[in-house]
Amino acid sequence: MVLSALPGVADPPQLLPAREQMAFTLGFHIILVPFGVAFTFMMLICQYRALRRHDPQALLLAQRWSKVAAVLFAVGAVSGTVLTFEMGLLWPGLMGPYGSAFGFPFAIEGLFFFLEAIFMAIYIYGWKRLPPWPHFFTGVVVTLAGIGGTAAVIAVNSWMNQPAGIVMRNGRVAEVIPSRVFFNGAFWWEMVHMLLAAYIVAGFLVAGVYAVDLLRGRRDHYHRLGFLVPFTVAAIAMPLQFIVGDTIARQVYDREPAKFAAIELVPTTGDHVPETLGGLYIDGKVRYGIPLPDIASFLAGFRSSAVIKGLDAIPAAVRPTEAVVNVVHLAFDVMVGSATLLLLLSLWFGWLWWRRREVPTNRWFLRGSTVAGLLALLSLESGWVVTEVGRQPWTVVGLLLTRDAVATQGNLWLLFATVLAIYACVGAGALFVLRAMRRRWSEEGTDAVAVPYGPGSAPAPTGRAPGADDV
Amino acid sequence: MSTVIAAILFIGVIAYALFGGADYGAGFWDLTAGGAGRGRRVRELINLSLSPVWEANHTWLIFCLVTIWTGFPEAFTAITTTLYIPLGLAALGIVTRGAGFAFRHALTERHGERISGAAFACSSVLTPFFFGTIAGGIASGRVPSRGHGAPLTGWLNPTSLLGGILAVTVCAYLAAVFLTGQAQRRGDTSLTRAFRRRALGAGVGAGLVALVGVFVLHADSPRLFRRLSTVGAPLLAVSGLCGLAALLLLRRGRPSVVRTLAALAIATVVAGWGVAQYPYLLGTHLTIQHAAAPPATLWVLLVVSCVAAALIAPSLLLLYTLQLRRRLG
Repeated sequence: MVLSALPGVADPPQLLPAREQMAFTLGFHIILVPFGVAFTFMMLICQYRALRRHDPQALLLAQRWSKVAAVLFAVGAVSGTVLTFEMGLLWPGLMGPYGSAFGFPFAIEGLFFFLEAIFMAIYIYGWKRLPPWPHFFTGVVVTLAGIGGTAAVIAVNSWMNQPAGIVMRNGRVAEVIPSRVFFNGAFWWEMVHMLLAAYIVAGFLVAGVYAVDLLRGRRDHYHRLGFLVPFTVAAIAMPLQFIVGDTIARQVYDREPAKFAAIELVPTTGDHVPETLGGLYIDGKVRYGIPLPDIASFLAGFRSSAVIKGLDAIPAAVRPTEAVVNVVHLAFDVMVGSATLLLLLSLWFGWLWWRRREVPTNRWFLRGSTVAGLLALLSLESGWVVTEVGRQPWTVVGLLLTRDAVATQGNLWLLFATVLAIYACVGAGALFVLRAMRRRWSEEGTDAVAVPYGPGSAPAPTGRAPGADDV
Repeated sequence: MSTVIAAILFIGVIAYALFGGADYGAGFWDLTAGGAGRGRRVRELINLSLSPVWEANHTWLIFCLVTIWTGFPEAFTAITTTLYIPLGLAALGIVTRGAGFAFRHALTERHGERISGAAFACSSVLTPFFFGTIAGGIASGRVPSRGHGAPLTGWLNPTSLLGGILAVTVCAYLAAVFLTGQAQRRGDTSLTRAFRRRALGAGVGAGLVALVGVFVLHADSPRLFRRLSTVGAPLLAVSGLCGLAALLLLRRGRPSVVRTLAALAIATVVAGWGVAQYPYLLGTHLTIQHAAAPPATLWVLLVVSCVAAALIAPSLLLLYTLQLRRRLG
C-alpha cells in the first residue's frame, strides 16, 4: 500500500514501514479486544444461569471460558502496551503537538484497564474460594470496565476522524475543551459500532467452536448451551449493527466527504450516484464494478437526487490517492458483504428458533455457523481499514498529515521485521495454547484436574520426588 | 499545577518500580533457578505469587506513558525520538515476557512449557535493564528538548549502564524479599531460607552497585551527582538506612515489616532522582512548567488521577489482600 498524498512532495522513507507496522500491530490487537470486552459478558450469562438454575454444565462453561479469556486478556494486555509505545516511537509528530489535546482519553482508558486487570484477576483466581455471588459481581466489573475502556479508546480514534475542542495558536494547541474532545461529533456512533462489533466477533467465534461439536454429533446440554449463548448474543447484535453502520455512513457523508467518496467510489460530484459493488478506481475512472443505479445517492440522502461530493471536490493537495481509494472501497465492500451474510445467518437462526425453540440441528446452518466467526473477524478488520485508511492522507483530519506525523529516526524496517517475528511467535503460541486447552477438556471431560492458567497448575512433574530440598 | 502533575507522574514511576520491579525480579529468579528439576519449586512459588497480580502491576507503566504524553507531550516525543532503541527493545521484551508467562501456565507439555518459561525469564531480566538505561539517559540530560538526540550514546553511556544494572539488581532484591514472605506464608521453610539468601545477596549486590554508582555519576553526570548529594541526600540516606535495616531484619523480622522497609528503600531512591531533576524534566534545558500541556488538560489529568486513586486504590488493596490471604487460586 503506497499511500502518498502530495504530488511532487516525497514521502519520508519511514512512512511505509511505520504505517505497515501500526496497521499490523493494531490489526493483531483488535482480534483480542472482543475477548476482553464481550466474551466476558457471555461467560457471565453462563455463570448467572448456573447460579440461578443450579446448572453445573453452565458453570463448567463459564469456568472454561474464563480461562480462555485469561490467556487472551494477557496477550491483549501486552500487545496493547506495544501500541502505547508505538504512539511515541512511530508517530512523534502526532504525540508532540497534539498529545495534550487528545491524550487524556488514553488516561481514562488506562483507568478502566486498571480496573479490568484487577477484577479479571480476582474473577479468574476466585472460582474456588470466593462466595458465588460476590465472585459473579467481580466479573460484572470486568465487563463494565471493558465497555468504558472501549469508549475511551474510540474517543481518541473518532477525534482523529472529526477533531473538535481545541484552539490552535501559532501552530500549537493553546486551549483544550476536554468534553468536546472526548464527545466529538463521531464519538457516540463509532463507539456503539465498535462495541457491537466486539460482541458479534466474540459471539460468532465462540459459537463456531461449539458448532463444530454439534456437527460431530455432540448434542448434549453442555455443547448446546456453549453454542446458544454466544450465538444469541451475536445474532441480536447483528441487526442493530446494520442500523448503526447505516447511520455512521450518513454521518460520514455529511462530515467526511473524502472518506465517503472513496467508500462509494465517486470520482465526480453529482446526483443520481450509483452504488458500485466491487470495481476499481483507475486513472480517475471507475472500472469493472457492478453499478446499482441511484442507490448510493438514495442511501446517503433518502432520495436519488441527493448530491454526493466526489473526489474532484477534494483539493488536489490532500486528495486520497487511487491506491487509498481502492483499498477503502474494497474494504468497505468486504465489511458490508460479510456482515450481510452474518445478518442472513442470524435471521435464519431466528426463524429456526421461532419454529422449534431449540438449538437448530440443520447441518447447513451449523456449517455456516462454523465459519461465521472468521467472517465476523474479516468484517471487523475491514471496518478498521475503512476508518483508518479512509482518513488518509490525514492522521488528524484537516490538522495533521500522516507524512508529518511519522518518525524520522531509526531503521523502522528492522523494527517492523522484529515485531513481525515476535508477533508470529506469540500468535502461534496463543493458538497452540488454546488448542491444547481444548484438547485437554475434550479428553478429560471434567475440570477436576488442575486449573490451566492459574495456581494449581503446577508445572509438569519432573521426575524428582516433590519436596526434594534442593533449592 | 504542572508540578502537581509531575508529582503524580513520579508516583506512577515509583509504583511501577516497586510492583513492576518485583515482577521483573521474580523473572530473574526464575531464570537463575536452575534446571527443570532443581528449579521446580522456585518456579512454582513464582507462578503462584505472580499470576493474579502481574497484569495490574504492569498497568502502572501504561499510566506513566499516558500521563507523560498527555501532560508533557513535547518531552515525551523528545524521549521517544532519542531513546527509541531501548524503548523498542523494552516493548518487545514486554510482549515476550507477558506472552511467555501466560502460555507457560496454560501448557502442560514439558517442551512448550520450557520454551515459554525461558522467554518469560530472559525478557524479565532484559526489560528492566533497558528501562534502567532509559532512566539513566533522561537523568544525565542526554535527551535534547527537541528530541532526536544521539541514538546510541543516549543510552549506551556510563550513567545509563549504571541505571540498567541497578534496575536489574534492585528488581531481584525486591522480588527476593517479596518471595521470602510468600514462602514463609506457605510455611515452606527451605524455600524461605533459599529466598532469604537470595535477598541478602541481591541486597548486597544492589548496595555495591549503588556505591560504584557514586563514582560513575561523579564522573559522568556532575550535575545529577551534585543535586543528588544536596537536595536528594536526605532521601538517599533514608533509602540506605531502610535497605540496611531490611537486610538485617530479613532473618528475624516480620515479613510485612521487611517488605515495607525494602519498598521504602526503593521508593526513596526513585523519589531522590525526581527531586534531583526538579524543576527540570529533561536535563537542564526543559523545565516541567515549560513542557506542560495547556491548563485544561492538566486539570483533566488531575481529575482522572483522583478518580483513579478513589477507584483503583481500594481495588488494588482488595486484590492484594485476597492474594495475601490466599483466597485466590
